[in-house]
Amino acid sequence: MSMIIDRRLNDRNKNATNRQRFIKRYKAQLRRSVADIVADRSITDMSRGGEVGIPVKDISEPRFRIGRGGDREMVHPGNKEFNTGDMIAKPKSGGGGGSGSGGEGQGEEGQDNFMFTLSKEEFMNLFFDDLELPRMARTVLGDSQQFTYRRAGYTPSGVPANLSVPRSVKNAMARRIALTAPLKRELEELKQAGADAEEIEALEKRIQRIPYLDEYDLRFRHRVKEPKPISRAVMFCLMDVSASMSEAKKDLAKRFYTLLYLFLSRKYEQVELVFIRHTSNAEEVDEHAFFHDPQTGGTVVMSALNLMIDIQQERYSPNEWNIYGAQVSDGDAFGSDPQRSAMKLNKDILPLCKYFAYVEVPDSPSTITPLAAAYSQIRSETFAMSTVMDRGDVYPVLRELFQKESV
Amino acid sequence: MTAAKRGKTVLSQGGDWNFELLQRYDKEIGIIAKEYGLDTYPNQIEVIASEQMLDAYASVGLPISYSHWSYGKEFIQNEEAYRRGMRGLAYELVINSDPCIAYLMEDNSMPMQALVIAHACYGHNSFFKGNYLFKQWTSADAIVDYMVFARKYIFDCEQRYGEDRVEETIDACHALMDHGVDRFHRPSPLSAEDELHRQHEREEHAWKQYDDIWRTLPQKAADKTRAKSKMRSFPPEPQENLLYFIEKYSPTLEPWQREIVRIVRKLAQYFYPQGLTKVMNEGWATFWHYTLLNTMYDRGLVDDGFMFEILQSHTNVVMQPGFDHPGYSGINPYALGFAMMRDIRRICEEPDDEDRAWFPDIVDKDWREVLDFAMRNYKDESFIAQYLSPKLIREFHLFAIADKHKEDHLRVEAIHNEAGYREVRRMLSKQYNRDVLIPDIQILRYEHMGDRSLVLRYNRLRERPLTDDATEVLKHLSRLWGFTVTMEVFEEGRGVVDKVEVSPA
Repeated sequence: MSMIIDRRLNDRNKNATNRQRFIKRYKAQLRRSVADIVADRSITDMSRGGEVGIPVKDISEPRFRIGRGGDREMVHPGNKEFNTGDMIAKPKSGGGGGSGSGGEGQGEEGQDNFMFTLSKEEFMNLFFDDLELPRMARTVLGDSQQFTYRRAGYTPSGVPANLSVPRSVKNAMARRIALTAPLKRELEELKQAGADAEEIEALEKRIQRIPYLDEYDLRFRHRVKEPKPISRAVMFCLMDVSASMSEAKKDLAKRFYTLLYLFLSRKYEQVELVFIRHTSNAEEVDEHAFFHDPQTGGTVVMSALNLMIDIQQERYSPNEWNIYGAQVSDGDAFGSDPQRSAMKLNKDILPLCKYFAYVEVPDSPSTITPLAAAYSQIRSETFAMSTVMDRGDVYPVLRELFQKESV
Repeated sequence: MTAAKRGKTVLSQGGDWNFELLQRYDKEIGIIAKEYGLDTYPNQIEVIASEQMLDAYASVGLPISYSHWSYGKEFIQNEEAYRRGMRGLAYELVINSDPCIAYLMEDNSMPMQALVIAHACYGHNSFFKGNYLFKQWTSADAIVDYMVFARKYIFDCEQRYGEDRVEETIDACHALMDHGVDRFHRPSPLSAEDELHRQHEREEHAWKQYDDIWRTLPQKAADKTRAKSKMRSFPPEPQENLLYFIEKYSPTLEPWQREIVRIVRKLAQYFYPQGLTKVMNEGWATFWHYTLLNTMYDRGLVDDGFMFEILQSHTNVVMQPGFDHPGYSGINPYALGFAMMRDIRRICEEPDDEDRAWFPDIVDKDWREVLDFAMRNYKDESFIAQYLSPKLIREFHLFAIADKHKEDHLRVEAIHNEAGYREVRRMLSKQYNRDVLIPDIQILRYEHMGDRSLVLRYNRLRERPLTDDATEVLKHLSRLWGFTVTMEVFEEGRGVVDKVEVSPA
């Protein structure tokens, strides 16, 4: 006798652990893949999964196998024109059947990549790993969204804990009245007409059989998930794109902006990005131009700050927008520019901003650049600056911001 | 049978299925299977969703297994292929266990579910129960429990000794898995409970017996000579079960590592018969779903639409593309197996003169008995050698090709003609010999009184080399062994022709 079992409701993710193990084992290769994706993805588009590849050679499991070469016979189906003793030129390589049914594992030594798709969580984790992001910050950034529960009336189904007794009893009462009323009326009529006792008794029994509480009566308190109330923010990305900013420095900048963007996009419903690049004068550009268009020219930091204020006054009133600033530079500045810029920042910009972070990507960590020297005079709770030499240094700049605002 | 009459008895129409219908189909198929004399384990039919099928694939077809990255890889591979539409899912998956577990996918139509029930729950199931290899080498009643034990044991090891160390051990064992099989000595039956008990006992015994003082006792002369004679050669005979040897004699493994070696070994043993009976097993199951469902049709239990769907997918399964077809990937075990099973029935029922000459002992016998005997007592290699008929060789247009590495041409050795039948059959049968698929590697010497190194021998056949992977596997082996491992390549008549030596890192 066979037993038929419905297992469809069982856990569907039996291999989650195995999948994690696999990703853990090939973290180094995957990080390379992830870095490539980070480089050509837009900042606003960072938090989703992505397709990654690992060289097939790296993940093969070795076994003792018999390889090509030596003497062997093979039997194949589908002979059309061959006769005993015919000679056939050997296929060059790769083609032609391997060793019959044991073909597995042969002729697949190509340099192909084992491609697969990382889920959003897996992708973000690898991205964060690269930035050496602490757990606490991960939970803030990694969470898709924060929700609150709001009451939303009643539903006919739910868990016992949410049972609403008054509602259910009320429903039961209504149902009982609706179902018994005609019967009671009939009973009354029968009694009046003096019908025989048996008939009356049958009717009374029918009335009694109507249940006090039925499944239809149950009502449960209903709750709906709602995203937390949120507002809007604008993030100004300022970057020095003069010739001394190399690709590697821009890559660090991108990670810094991404991290800040991720943070803001968790906190605010709408986050707008403004990209301002500057050499000796500043201009607003789109993201691609911002990161990839090579520029030449001198460096005037002030120009970028001025443009930021112009744009802010034109489009982003502090009453309606939370304003964040993020500046990246290699620290080169000349003449009175650094001092004036620091003054400008301190007096005009910081009062408008919720937070302003400055990241310096100098050629060597030991030198103190003019801009850093000037900025270090600024004393403000909403200002942070730091020198970043590699990816692990990016997070500390934002640490204070995260700590303050994530709680 | 007229359409009207058929209409009254059909179990269902259209593609929709429900649990009641599954039960009715299973009952009817079961009745017919019994009439044909199929002896099966009880069935446990589980309905699952397609994602769950992907899960089931990954853990090598067992309902439960320990965690390992290679299963994750397998899972990701299948999932990607499935998502991109490069590969459909198998309709069924069946596990050699008692009760026999078979999975049905919820997306299948009713006719497909019936096909799977006939194929897996009665075809494969009776094969698992009847075939001598499965009877001898696997413990169907204990495998699920054993895997529960193994999963828990390995999980505990991970907690205690760290995931990395456990993974390293399992990696090494997996590399040697094909060489963890007893082929001539029946393994003791599995029992999860005994296993746990035995493992505790052994650890305790080792712990109690340990006393450093034994080492300091002077050796007697008699002991010394015995030791010397031992020293000459150990093991006394070459050992082909590498994992067994490591489990028993590795000088460096810790008890929990030996246990893991044992678990992987038991797993390899469990899967051993499946590799040797692909053609027979699939052929048998396909033959029976074909026969059982056709009988249902003859009895008016299913309608024409049902049969059309069945035959369409049946035809796809038993398709054999020719060697020059782009989709050719060797001989399709379903096609060959099914054709042979059907051919045996034909030889019994309607033999011609050729069959009388070739198969005098089975012509005009009851086909059910003949088939049953074949199923019970053969594996692919011997089955083909015994039963492949000239008629099938002609139908498949089989031909044998010799590939010699010293010649720059392939030579056609035999084709489907009078002179070639026996030759083709012999060579095809040999193609299913395990030694052709898995190299013959044995442990020759363990220098247990010397530097503790291990010497392996690859018995090379007709100059067929090993792939480059071999060095990697040897590294794994020396990691388990803890000392230098050497592999000699030995060829009959030429002696040792090559040597590879690997020392643990």
